[in-house]
Amino acid sequence: MKIIHTDVLVIGGGLAGLRTAIGAKRRGLETLILSLVPAKRSHSVAAQGGMQASLANGIKGEGDNEDVHFEDTVRGSDWGCDQHVARMFTHMAPKAVRELAAWGVAWSRVQRGDREVVINGQRVTLTEKEAAHGLITARDFGGTRKWRTCYTSDGTGHAMLYTVSDQVIAESIPVHERMEALALIHDGLRCQGAVVRDMITGELSAYLASATVLATGGYGRIWGISTNALINEGMGAALALETGVARLGNMEAVQFHPTAIVPAGILVTEGCRGDGGLLLDNDGHRFMPDYEPEKKELASRDVVSRRMAEHMRAGKGVKSAYGDHLWLDISNLGAAHIDKNLREVKDICRYFLGIDPVKDPIPVRPTQHYSMGGVRTDHRGESPWLHGLFSCGEAACWDMHGFNRLGGNSVAETVVAGMLVGEYVADFCYSKAGQSDLSPALAREFVERERAGLNALVAKPGSENAVALRARMEQIMTDKVGLFRNGQDLDSAVVELAELLARSRNVGVRASNLDANPELVLAYRLPRMLKIALTVALGAQRRTESRGAHFREDFPARNDRDWLNRTLAFWREGDDLPSLDYEALDVLHMELPPGFRGYGVKNIVEHPDSAVRQAEVDEMLAAKPDRYSRQSALMPFKQLLPARYRARNARLDDTP
Amino acid sequence: MSSNAARTLTFNVFRHNPRDSATPPRVVAYSLEETPGMTLFIALTRIRETLDPSLSFDFVCRAGVCGSCAMVVNGRPGLACRTLTAQLPAEIRLFPLPGFELIADLSVNTGKWMRGMSERLQAWLHMQEEPDVDALEARMEPAMAEAIYELDRCIECGCCISGCGTAQMRTDFVGAVGMNKIARFRLDPRDARDDADFFDLVGDDTGVFGCMSLLGCHDVCPKQLPLQTQIAYLRRGMARQGLLG
Repeated sequence: MKIIHTDVLVIGGGLAGLRTAIGAKRRGLETLILSLVPAKRSHSVAAQGGMQASLANGIKGEGDNEDVHFEDTVRGSDWGCDQHVARMFTHMAPKAVRELAAWGVAWSRVQRGDREVVINGQRVTLTEKEAAHGLITARDFGGTRKWRTCYTSDGTGHAMLYTVSDQVIAESIPVHERMEALALIHDGLRCQGAVVRDMITGELSAYLASATVLATGGYGRIWGISTNALINEGMGAALALETGVARLGNMEAVQFHPTAIVPAGILVTEGCRGDGGLLLDNDGHRFMPDYEPEKKELASRDVVSRRMAEHMRAGKGVKSAYGDHLWLDISNLGAAHIDKNLREVKDICRYFLGIDPVKDPIPVRPTQHYSMGGVRTDHRGESPWLHGLFSCGEAACWDMHGFNRLGGNSVAETVVAGMLVGEYVADFCYSKAGQSDLSPALAREFVERERAGLNALVAKPGSENAVALRARMEQIMTDKVGLFRNGQDLDSAVVELAELLARSRNVGVRASNLDANPELVLAYRLPRMLKIALTVALGAQRRTESRGAHFREDFPARNDRDWLNRTLAFWREGDDLPSLDYEALDVLHMELPPGFRGYGVKNIVEHPDSAVRQAEVDEMLAAKPDRYSRQSALMPFKQLLPARYRARNARLDDTP
Repeated sequence: MSSNAARTLTFNVFRHNPRDSATPPRVVAYSLEETPGMTLFIALTRIRETLDPSLSFDFVCRAGVCGSCAMVVNGRPGLACRTLTAQLPAEIRLFPLPGFELIADLSVNTGKWMRGMSERLQAWLHMQEEPDVDALEARMEPAMAEAIYELDRCIECGCCISGCGTAQMRTDFVGAVGMNKIARFRLDPRDARDDADFFDLVGDDTGVFGCMSLLGCHDVCPKQLPLQTQIAYLRRGMARQGLLG
C-alpha cells in the first residue's frame, strides 16, 4: 500500500483550497492538493457576477467601508451568522481583491467621466471621479447598500480561478487530479489525512498529513435541479460526518437563487438585476416593487426567490412544458452593455435556450444554488471536535453567511478564507499539537476498510438500482425540502430518506473493474449523499421557525427567542439518523443586535437580550468619535486575525 | 422544437479502456428518442442511466464554462454540454479528443496536458513585486483590463489542440492554448517579463514557429478567442526578437 506523506493535504482544487495551499506553502510547508477534476474545472469557475469588497472607488460606492459591508452581511444572514467571522471577512475582502489584482485578475476598472447606467428601470448618467480612474470598479448586487461587487465582465470566477490556479503552478504545488478522498484517517481526536482513490487506475493510497483541509464545495447536487456543477455532491461534508466526531453546521440553510434558466437550471448572474434587469410576470408586469417597494429586484436572494414563488402561486407565472416560470428581462440594458458585461449570460441564452437576451426575455425560476451549511469550524477553520481537520469555502460553516448568503459574498469568501485558513493551518502545523506522530498502522486500517467496501460493491450486481434511488432522493429534496417547507412534508422526507439509505446498502455494480468506473463511483457516493440529505431534512424538520433561506410555512416567524442558534449535526456509527445539537448565538456580544432586515416580511419573536444589547450599543456609539474606535469598543475582532492582516485598508477618500 | 415526430437518434460512441488489454477499441451504437432541448450532456447521461452504466465521459459545469466535456462530435471538436442534438443529424458519432491521453471512452486527460504546458511556458503572471494588500491597488486603463480579459477567457478545453495540424505531428507543440497564454501575459503591463524572456519560451518549432497557419484552432475555439490575430502578432514579435535581439 502506498503512503504519501505531506505537511498539509488540501482536498479540493477550487479557489478556497488553492488559496489555502498557497498560504501554507509560503510558510515553508510541504503542501499537496487533491482534486476530483483538473483544478481549473472546479465550480469556482462558474461564479459570474463578482466579488464583494468595500473598495469604494466608484461613485455609487462612495462612503462604503467594512462597517457597511458587515451590516449588509449580517442582515443578509438574518442574524444567523457569526459576527466575528463576518467582521474578519469584511476586513479581509479588500485585501483579497487587491492581492488578486496584483496576481493577474483583470478586474474591470473605473472610467473617469460620464456613463449611462440603468437604475430602477430608468436610464441615469453617473459621473465617475477623475481621481478614481483606473481603480477597480464595482456593480450593484442584492441586499447591499452600496455598489460593491468587483467583477471582470460576468466571468469573475473564471478570472479568479485561473489566476490563483496559475499561482499554484508558479509555487510548484502539486495538484493530484482525478483523485477522490474516500475517508478521513483519524483516531477520534486527531485527523491524520485521508484514504484516496485514483479515479483513473483505481489505486487506493493513504495520504498522511499533519493538517487536512476540506475545501470541497457545497452539496447542491442532492437536489434534482441545481445551478451547481455535477461534482458538488457534498462528499467533503460526508467525509467529516462519517468520522462520527466532526460536526456539520446549519445544514438546513440552503439558498435558492432567483434566476436559473428553465429547464436546464443553469445560473444567470445576479449582475443581470444589479445592472438594471427586471423581473416580469405572465402579463409582462414588473411585480417585485409590489412586494418589496424599497429593494425591489435587489432584495436578498432568499426574499426575491420567495416573492417569485409567491407570485407564481398566485397564478402569475408563465406556463411551460417544464412548469411555471417568470421572465428576467435585460433587454433594457442594451446590446453594448450585454456584449461587454453580460457575455456569458448571452452565451448561455444562445446555446441553451436559443434566444438573444438583447431582444428576448429569459425564462427563470428559483433554483437550488448555495450551501450555507457545511463542516462546522471555529474562526480559524478548524473543527473543534477533530484536531488537524480544517475546512474552508462553501464546504465549511465558520460561519459568515448564517441562513442566507449575499450575492458576491461567496467567491469573496473563498479567497478570504483561503488567505486566513492557510495561515492558521501553518500555525497549527508548527505547533506542538500539529507535530504529534502520525500512524501508518492506522492509515493501513482505514485503507483496508475502504478496499473491503469497494470489493464488496463490485462482487455483486445488487438488488437495488443506484440511479433510481438517487432520482428518488433528488425528488424528495425538491418537493419536500425546498424553498417553502412544512412539518408534514419534512416528517415524510426524513422517513423516506432513511428508507432510501437502508436500501442503498443493497446497491451493487455490474461492471466489476475497480479502475475508471462511473457505476462504482455512484454506488459508493450514494449512501454518503443520502446521509447529507438526511442531515439537511432533519435539521429543517426540527427548526420550527423561519430564518433567511429556511422558510417554514407552519412557523413563519423568525424566532430569536428560541432559535437564535446554530444547528450541529453528527452521525454516530451504526445509527440510522444523524444526532442534532445546538449552539446558541451570544446576543450580548453582538456588534449588530437582532432587528428587522429592511426587506422581506417583518415577523420576529424577539430575543430577551436584543433590547438590552441594543441599548448598550446605542450608548457606546454615542460615546466614540470615529468608526474604528466605535467598532473596537463594540466587538473587538482584530486579535483573531493573523498579525500580517491586521492593518487598515486604504481608500481613495481617506482623510490624511 | 417545432417538429412533432420525435426522432430516434443513434449515438455511435467510441469505447475503450486502455488498461484492459483484453478488450480492443470499438464503436458501440446506442439508440435514444430525442426530447426537446436535448444536449449531448442530457443524451450521454441518459445512455449511462438507462443503457450502459459503464460509459465514461466528463461533464462538470454542464454550462459551457469549465472546459471538461470537449469531444469530437461528427468529426469536429466542441463542447458536448452545449451542443443541442437538434442541430445534428440522427446519426451522431462521438469520439474522444485526439492529442490527449485516453482515460476511458470519451474521457481524456486534458488536465495533465495543460499543467505540463503551463509549467513549460511559465504561464502565470510574473509579478514585479509582491503587492501591499493594505494599499490602493495599482491603476490600469479600463481598456487594457478588457483587452487582457478577452485573452484570459480561454477555458483550456483542448479543442484547439485536437483541431491543430502541427499538434497531430509533434507532441511537444504548445498549440494555440499555449501561444494565447503567452500573448495574454505579454500584453499585461503587470508582467515583469520582456520579449527576450518570451522568445526563450516560444521562439522555436515547439512554439510559435511550429504553427503552419492552418488555423483549425481558430475555427473550433468554443470561446471564439481571436487566436488567428494573436498567433500572428506573437509570431511577428518573436521574429523581431529573434532577428534583432
